[in-house]
Amino acid sequence: MLAMDYRGPKRVRVTQKPMPEIKHPQDAIVRVTRSCICGSDLHLYNGNVPDTRVGSTFGHEFIGVVEEIGSEVTKLKVGDQVLVPFNIACGQCAFCKQGLFGNCHESNPEATAVGGIFGYSHTAGGYNGGQAEYVRVPYANVSPTVIPEGMDLDDAVLLTDVVPTGYQAAEMGGIQPGDTVVVFGAGPVGIMAAKCSWLFGAGRVIVIDQLDYRLEFVRNYAQCEAYNFKEMEDPVLFIKKTTDWMGADVVIDAVGAEAAGNTMQTITGRKLLLQAGSATAVHWAINSVKKGGTVSIVGVYGPTDNLIPIGNALNKGLTIRGNQASVKRLLPRLIEHVQNGTLNPKALITHRVPLKEVAEAYRMFSAKLDNCIKPVLIP
Amino acid sequence: MENTAKDYSHIKGWGIDADPKNDPTYPMKHRTNEEHKGYSWERPTQQQIDVELLHSIERPNVTAVFGTSVPPSGLSGMIRRFAFKYSENSYLHWLPLIVADRVNVVEGIVDDIQQGHFPNIFAEKGYKAEWKHNRMGFIQKMVVIGALTAAAVIVITHKDSKSENDD
Repeated sequence: MLAMDYRGPKRVRVTQKPMPEIKHPQDAIVRVTRSCICGSDLHLYNGNVPDTRVGSTFGHEFIGVVEEIGSEVTKLKVGDQVLVPFNIACGQCAFCKQGLFGNCHESNPEATAVGGIFGYSHTAGGYNGGQAEYVRVPYANVSPTVIPEGMDLDDAVLLTDVVPTGYQAAEMGGIQPGDTVVVFGAGPVGIMAAKCSWLFGAGRVIVIDQLDYRLEFVRNYAQCEAYNFKEMEDPVLFIKKTTDWMGADVVIDAVGAEAAGNTMQTITGRKLLLQAGSATAVHWAINSVKKGGTVSIVGVYGPTDNLIPIGNALNKGLTIRGNQASVKRLLPRLIEHVQNGTLNPKALITHRVPLKEVAEAYRMFSAKLDNCIKPVLIP
Repeated sequence: MENTAKDYSHIKGWGIDADPKNDPTYPMKHRTNEEHKGYSWERPTQQQIDVELLHSIERPNVTAVFGTSVPPSGLSGMIRRFAFKYSENSYLHWLPLIVADRVNVVEGIVDDIQQGHFPNIFAEKGYKAEWKHNRMGFIQKMVVIGALTAAAVIVITHKDSKSENDD
């Protein structure tokens, strides 16, 4: 089968690989019909995630058709069209039982701080991902969900990560009706976090980024304010001024390790790898949120350390929340939102690229070429 | 600048998921006692371990399922085995893994060549997309890289010829 093949930082290609096999009675083999490149794939692509081995296949946002099932799979059958949440979750451990499906304790032997994730290095379990023609899906009874009849497949593929992550970013913000919410990052997750903030009753939503085409998109899509930090002297000062000098009630970091905007963070975090990515967004979040406010982190960072003003977080009495989205927990509500038109995820998709052009797709997404917001690979 | 909007009728679904009780925020982990007893849940069937698998020393066992995408091998594999002697709390875990990743890149190129495949770096870096959508920027980047490479070659060859003359 054809599959994306990581060869080193900023080097990927498509290679013929062996077909995946059933390795566990709860496995399924899925023929992939759509697979996205996620902003967090860029951390792998840039070589910033430890234990990303040459020969790995990335891809944690995918949908497809069930081709084969293991002996213990009872909730799916061959031929089902499924959307596959990016977390691999057993449904039986103490964490899954509490709805913390992003924190499963039975899916990643290589690290305890993160659950298993498809195609996200050996630090996240060593699974091959869905940027391929076929993929092995463990725990097929738990998270994979049959795509509801009539649902657009482009909507379905974005329900595997982008929509739940954006929604949970807003949820973890603990937004109270009337709150001012600032979202750092106008990538797909930031756009969705801004859109979902309204569902929780936000009174004002502001998005900050450096790419004008994305700011223009989010302004229209999420009906929010959007500003370019390159046109500001200081984004934190800007937020203070525009909130009557108080700061925002809730600030969401939807950027993660690839953040721009602070030279010291960029050099130490992205170029020298002295920290687990550039922590510019979370740094700004802590400093621009109101005293007693909430910082919600869904931007992905590596497993080592980051330079952030933790003293300010203490002195301001902040609540800091973060997690990988618990996709399975959120899916029923989010499917409802998509089906009744409250959310329109497919509008985020700007590019459809054949799997065999995966190297060009990564370059385009990484370098933000051709006004790219969300590329989808079609095997 | 207007500080708050009052009429949200133009925003479909405004406030439909608002929950005043979501403060400080949901989801929080609740105490159930279960996790305080260790592995008290009924564990799923164990996947057969038929490849070399490194596991965190912060857990006593291997998870019921695991990925088998790229087992450790070669020099990078030796470094990874060393890294997994230390906990996730230690730099001696993460820094060797980063080093192993870089060593693995060289191993990948050697493997390719041994299999008669010379890697097409231009294609693997997706420069075709850069050429198509950012041609001027791409040309500028290549000119700069070319100039720096030429300068480095000149400096090195100049040093070599100087040391030969000194001999």
